[in-house]
Amino acid sequence: MPTPTRGFLGRRRERDPRLPPGQYDVGGDWPVLTAEPTPRIAPETWSITVDGLVEQPTTWSWDEAHRLPPSEYRGDIHCVTTWSKLDTRFSGVSVDTLLEAARPTAEAHFVMATSRTGYTANLPLADVTGGKAWLVWDFDGRPLTPEHGGPVRLLVPHLYFWKSAKWVSRLTLLTRDQPGFWEQNGYHDRGDPWRQQRYQGD
Amino acid sequence: MTEALGADVVGAAPSGGWRSAVVAGVRRPVPRSVQLRLDVEDRVDHLPGQHYVVRLTAPDGYTAQRSYSIASAPGDPLLELFVERLDDGEVSTHLADVVEPGDVLEVRGPIGGWFVWDGESPALLLAGGSGVVPFVSMLRTARALRRTDLLRIAVSVRTLEQLPYADELLQAGALVVTTREARGIRPAGRLTGADLVPLWEPGQTVYVCGSGGFAESATGLLVELGVPPSVIRVERFGPSGAPV
Repeated sequence: MPTPTRGFLGRRRERDPRLPPGQYDVGGDWPVLTAEPTPRIAPETWSITVDGLVEQPTTWSWDEAHRLPPSEYRGDIHCVTTWSKLDTRFSGVSVDTLLEAARPTAEAHFVMATSRTGYTANLPLADVTGGKAWLVWDFDGRPLTPEHGGPVRLLVPHLYFWKSAKWVSRLTLLTRDQPGFWEQNGYHDRGDPWRQQRYQGD
Repeated sequence: MTEALGADVVGAAPSGGWRSAVVAGVRRPVPRSVQLRLDVEDRVDHLPGQHYVVRLTAPDGYTAQRSYSIASAPGDPLLELFVERLDDGEVSTHLADVVEPGDVLEVRGPIGGWFVWDGESPALLLAGGSGVVPFVSMLRTARALRRTDLLRIAVSVRTLEQLPYADELLQAGALVVTTREARGIRPAGRLTGADLVPLWEPGQTVYVCGSGGFAESATGLLVELGVPPSVIRVERFGPSGAPV
């Protein structure tokens, strides 16, 4: 245990068990953290493509994606900058549904999510399958705003939120892991909040 | 520092784990904030624009950590952090209200490979309020390199009294716009596209740092002026909240 800091008692003594180590509850707020200007993307010009190591590379338009079976996430999200937001509700479509159509090959082990802006985030395939990842367009029953990644963002809530790429437009299946945007800039390749995988080497 | 910074982002990941830092100086030059000068054990040189994480530990082992931008240049023997005090903050209130010289803090860094200046490319720096802190590091680095000609700086702040490093920025020729008071013949008001026209030049990388509201409006102005989004780097901080 590190040496206590003189005079510091800590304010929040009742820790919600849903908060991973080093995180605090941001309450009703939802901070916006992005490294680039917010793009304004009209839903009718948005599409999502699943390509790379798949048997059937596939692109869905906004309307086509909305005709897929809907799926919802209710739970918590965690940002590496130490805020967590509890009891969120997002709706969209499960990434499983997209992958069932595109059919990853046996060699596919990783996914690179790419945004319309060029932002990228890498993920193990196992972290976006089995009901753990979504493409979402609604937050709390309302369209996701551009600042928060609208019209559509990736949602991988069990990992730090930089993995949940805003303005997502492509999921590329890969054999080997490649660092995405923040991963090239010092952040962890996996980003599990419960293990505090914040930076490379954690 | 005697040569331009390398393009490789050597300091992107924090080098090693937590280090102890002895507080060498505490100043409160503007209201509701604190400037800390830290003597960091085995300090690794940072790149201007990077940040450090500060971790506080309670007697029962409870910890809280937050990130703060670096104001000092890499060649400064001490690490200078500037911290804005948030009323409901857990770490910033301790740093602003309790910390004294001689205290020991745990720090980790330097961190961040994106919002950094290489010391040799032209850059336009747009800050809202305490968003100037990483730009102060860039400015001090430019002075050490004798390349202040590469930087153009514009700052938006409520009142001049609330601007950290105001003298240093004004001396460097920064455009300072105040949103809650008139300055000279200029009435109170926000940064405008007309302010940016004489500052923007093709070839610049544009760095925007401030609250979410400031970042949103400043990047909006830039894109309207025709600045390619691909050259704009943004660092936002604080709650989702109020524009400067």
